[in-house]
Amino acid sequence: MDRILPQPTPETQHFWDGCKAGELRLQRCDDCAKAYFPPRPFCPVCGSRSVSVFAASGKGVLWSYVINHRPRPDMGTEPHSIAVVKLAEGPQMMTNIIGCPQTPEALRLDMPVEVKFQDFGAIALPLFQPAGA
Amino acid sequence: MKQKTVAVVGAAETTEMGRIPDVSAIQLHADAALNTLKDAGLKPSDIDGVATAGLSPTELAYYLGITPTYADGTSVGGCSFMLHVRHAAAAINEGLCNTVLITHGESGRSRVGAGGFRGGGGNSSLAGQFEQPYGPVGPPSMFTVPALRYLKTYGLTEEDLAWPAVIQREWAAMNPRASMKDPITLDDVLNARMIAYPFTLLMCCLVTDGGGALILTSAERAKDFPQKPIYIVGTGESVETPMVSQMEDFTSSKAFRVSGKKAFAEAGISHDDVDHLMIYDAFSHLPLYGLEDLGFCKPGEAAAFIRERNTAPGGKLPLNTNGGGLSYMHSGMYGMYAMQESIRQLRGVAPAQVPDAKISIAHGVGGMFGASGTIVFSNEPG
Repeated sequence: MDRILPQPTPETQHFWDGCKAGELRLQRCDDCAKAYFPPRPFCPVCGSRSVSVFAASGKGVLWSYVINHRPRPDMGTEPHSIAVVKLAEGPQMMTNIIGCPQTPEALRLDMPVEVKFQDFGAIALPLFQPAGA
Repeated sequence: MKQKTVAVVGAAETTEMGRIPDVSAIQLHADAALNTLKDAGLKPSDIDGVATAGLSPTELAYYLGITPTYADGTSVGGCSFMLHVRHAAAAINEGLCNTVLITHGESGRSRVGAGGFRGGGGNSSLAGQFEQPYGPVGPPSMFTVPALRYLKTYGLTEEDLAWPAVIQREWAAMNPRASMKDPITLDDVLNARMIAYPFTLLMCCLVTDGGGALILTSAERAKDFPQKPIYIVGTGESVETPMVSQMEDFTSSKAFRVSGKKAFAEAGISHDDVDHLMIYDAFSHLPLYGLEDLGFCKPGEAAAFIRERNTAPGGKLPLNTNGGGLSYMHSGMYGMYAMQESIRQLRGVAPAQVPDAKISIAHGVGGMFGASGTIVFSNEPG
């Protein structure tokens, strides 16, 4: 079964275009300098419409996760992580941790991770792997 | 709201509970409503306000033959009914209506004519774009995501997620209507089938069919009803985020804190005044977050509070005395059942009755830490 994929909206298109181009694009407020996610054309902290898109480092730490033992049909048959990464720029992002065993022993909280884009045709998803893997 | 100006004069659940394959969701609403009207000694035509979630208030009013002057379709997940109580109290005080019927019904297990809470809006919604692509399969693999961060922050272990399930089963054992009544041990919980690490099956709520309803009116009128009135003393509500990944703090719910603080402030009570507590437990970490975010325990201390049997039968703060979503029932939007148990306790008719309970709090969650509602009840008039 094909992976269930997002449907971009006008306000999020730049993020998904970035993933396709191998770049993790966040937004930052031009007035209060706060970096934020998910995308929207105004700052969720101060309400300013003056915001800019920038390429994030793609680095972060594993913040929390579960290992789902009942995978959705499009996710294969083996238990897999559903994780939240805390990005170096501050925002949190849901993702999957790949490139390591899907076990509590391998998935250590606070371990450094880096983005690894996985291409699914129309969409590339920002997955994360242990840094330097 | 103003304290004790509005009271619950009718409260009942569906005739059956658990697995009800021959009743549709809308009829579960109606069954609960009819039982509650009977409890209050009223007819549908006596109702001039309706509120529900999972079904539109239009469907509810039409189906029951009610012509309301007040309709509330607030739908923020399982605590929607707490918000309905809060809004109804304000509406009654403002003179928008006199007598409000709040219903819940959900064919969570059998899925007969199933409605229920529908979060999100397909794969272009926020959650559809930024959570669903990573494989979550409903609440068991979403609501649970913050828990490992909570455990690490406070140096806790999986055992601390297991104790709430063990102790709530002790309460359920005293409740003939509870779905799961057999005692369970810590090892039973830890060794149960893994659903989404670190959560085993017994740390996850049931999926059952049922419903419940409440009728509210002014405290002034409440004295003329057959049941002992249960007064609304304080109320709170808030929402934070439709995406669990975007919670500000993985160790504490902002919606819980805001809602709880508001309810305590309105009620003008301290924690020591609370005789009985219900915290919506979709999963076994919820009582931990709830006890801390409502201020009954300091951050990180709720696990020891539960393990040391403060919330168990005989403890100083009886919690989830119907057995909770983990052992009593969970249709999908459990908040109504938490309030039903508060009402039973304050009427003095609960299967596991807390002696002389005067103040009870029902605290609900909606979505995955997305929303919250808190109601403080009292059986003493103002």
